[in-house]
Amino acid sequence: MILSLLISNKIEIQHLDLFYGAKQALKSVSLSIPEKSVVALIGPSGCGKSTLLRSINRMHDLDPKVRLDGEILLDGHNILHGNTNLNKLRRRVGMVFQKPNPFPKSIYDNVAYGLEVNGIHDKTRIRAAVEESIRESYLWDEVKNDLDKPALDLSGGQQQRLCIARAIAVEPEVILMDEPCSALDPISTAKIEALILRLKERFTIVIVTHNMQQAQRVADFTAFMYLGELIEFGRTSAIFEQPNQELTRNYVSGHFG
Amino acid sequence: MKISATRADKLATVVFQFSAWLSVVVLAGIFTLLLYNGFKAFDRIRPQEFFLGYTWNPSGYSAPHYGVLSLLGSTLLVTCGAMVIAIPLGIGTAAYLSESAPPRVYQILKPVIELFAGIPSVALGFIGITILSPVLAHVFGLSNGLIALNGAILLALMALPTIITVSEDAIRAVPKTFREASFAVGATRETTLWRVTLPAAMSGIITAVMLGFGRALGETMTVLMATGNALAFPGGFFEPVRTMTAAIAIELGETAQHTTHYYALFAVGALLFAISLLVNILSETIARRFRYSQS
Ligand SMILES: Nc1ncnc2c1ncn2[C@@H]1O[C@H](COP(=O)(O)OP(=O)(O)OP(=O)(O)O)[C@@H](O)[C@H]1O
Ligand SMILES: [Mg+2]
Repeated sequence: MILSLLISNKIEIQHLDLFYGAKQALKSVSLSIPEKSVVALIGPSGCGKSTLLRSINRMHDLDPKVRLDGEILLDGHNILHGNTNLNKLRRRVGMVFQKPNPFPKSIYDNVAYGLEVNGIHDKTRIRAAVEESIRESYLWDEVKNDLDKPALDLSGGQQQRLCIARAIAVEPEVILMDEPCSALDPISTAKIEALILRLKERFTIVIVTHNMQQAQRVADFTAFMYLGELIEFGRTSAIFEQPNQELTRNYVSGHFG
Repeated sequence: MKISATRADKLATVVFQFSAWLSVVVLAGIFTLLLYNGFKAFDRIRPQEFFLGYTWNPSGYSAPHYGVLSLLGSTLLVTCGAMVIAIPLGIGTAAYLSESAPPRVYQILKPVIELFAGIPSVALGFIGITILSPVLAHVFGLSNGLIALNGAILLALMALPTIITVSEDAIRAVPKTFREASFAVGATRETTLWRVTLPAAMSGIITAVMLGFGRALGETMTVLMATGNALAFPGGFFEPVRTMTAAIAIELGETAQHTTHYYALFAVGALLFAISLLVNILSETIARRFRYSQS
């Protein structure tokens, strides 16, 4: 592809097959994700978006019935290789989940957790990083006086921004987001979208979304998936305005899914 | 005629309400009976002798002694000893079962543990006398293995199935998303267990420990058989002891009704009841404080 000549790719997925037991959920998916860009994964429910996303930080390792074939290169190294250090990988590839899932701990401890488990124990350094991450997530002004309060007392939108703060606190290179706004109201969604646009200056972001407008607002590139296959991938404007595939055209124009 | 759904619902509500209240009434009745008879003991025994006396010797030749401290001390020694063994072992096993046991191992261990809960306490006492106490005597070079430690180990075995089963349920109830969030920032399995899963399950684990403690506290037959029944203030885990439950079980049948001794045993029973009530309330309060954060 021409793209890969012009822009360095952070992630290259090559011929990825994934099986849940006997059921194949990804069929030879190949996809290149340029550094410091936002890539949206779209497609009808059950097409394998979350499955693909969770392959990139090897979340599937928790599920013994999942089998993966193919390659996922992160900076040129295959992370599906058996001797990959999963803890280091997940520090480099952070994740934000569909439903906000802060720990039942204080706001401060939620963000500090990632630093502590990665071996940082210097209190002043942690404090500085916690504050910076919460600021970066556009949450600081709302919580700065309540850092010791339970995170679960926050609103859904605030919780999701806290989860983003938790993810960026460990300074990952890639952030995976699985429908991060699907449980949120429009105002919270707008805040998170603004946040994503700013975060892409520092991180490579892959976001799953069912919201076509959202994909167009935040994503530089869009991948359309259908029944476990990657149907089409390209610049977001191209995917939405002149798709090459009939299926893509039908989906983005709202004819099915 | 068919009973309509709402009719049946109402009936069920009434029945369950009735049984709920019945259990409250029975409980209150037992406590009142114990208290009523127990208080009569203090017509003849000075309270400070009962509560602060170290000697329990109702059939002493010169003068009978009714100091509850040796019985109380024995009970606390054996029960707390059992908890020291059973709590880490029980929570550890529960964590292993729910987090890392391969399905095949789980399918063997789980029913075995549940079966364990069904062993009659008299059988455990038997094992204590014939197997465990000679082993203990040998290992620690004692003349007699019927000691507090023997009882503590057996009570730990009795409390374990409860602690394991209830803790395992609590750990399994922790939402998967908490664990995933922890792994997603690079935490290891162990860190995730210690810092996320177990704290999130804490209110259930406390309940598990409390149930196990209650089981051990009220257990009679095993300690009666396995701990030597010595009427002295316990000198440690290597001494024989007589717990409150054992004292009641052994002595009440041989005591004439309406004697001082008879009422004193009721007072011991009331005290035991009060202790388990206190433990209940305490752990319920603690468990609730942990629960605030779960939604
Ligand atoms: N843990 C699992 N075990 C077995 N099958 C699974 C599992 N998770 C997902 N699947 C199946 O794999 C396919 C892809 O699921 P996936 O969750 O990736 O879809 P999705 O595109 O994210 O859908 P949605 O938009 O509804 O979130 C589906 O057919 C689903 O039923
Ligand atoms: Mg999904």
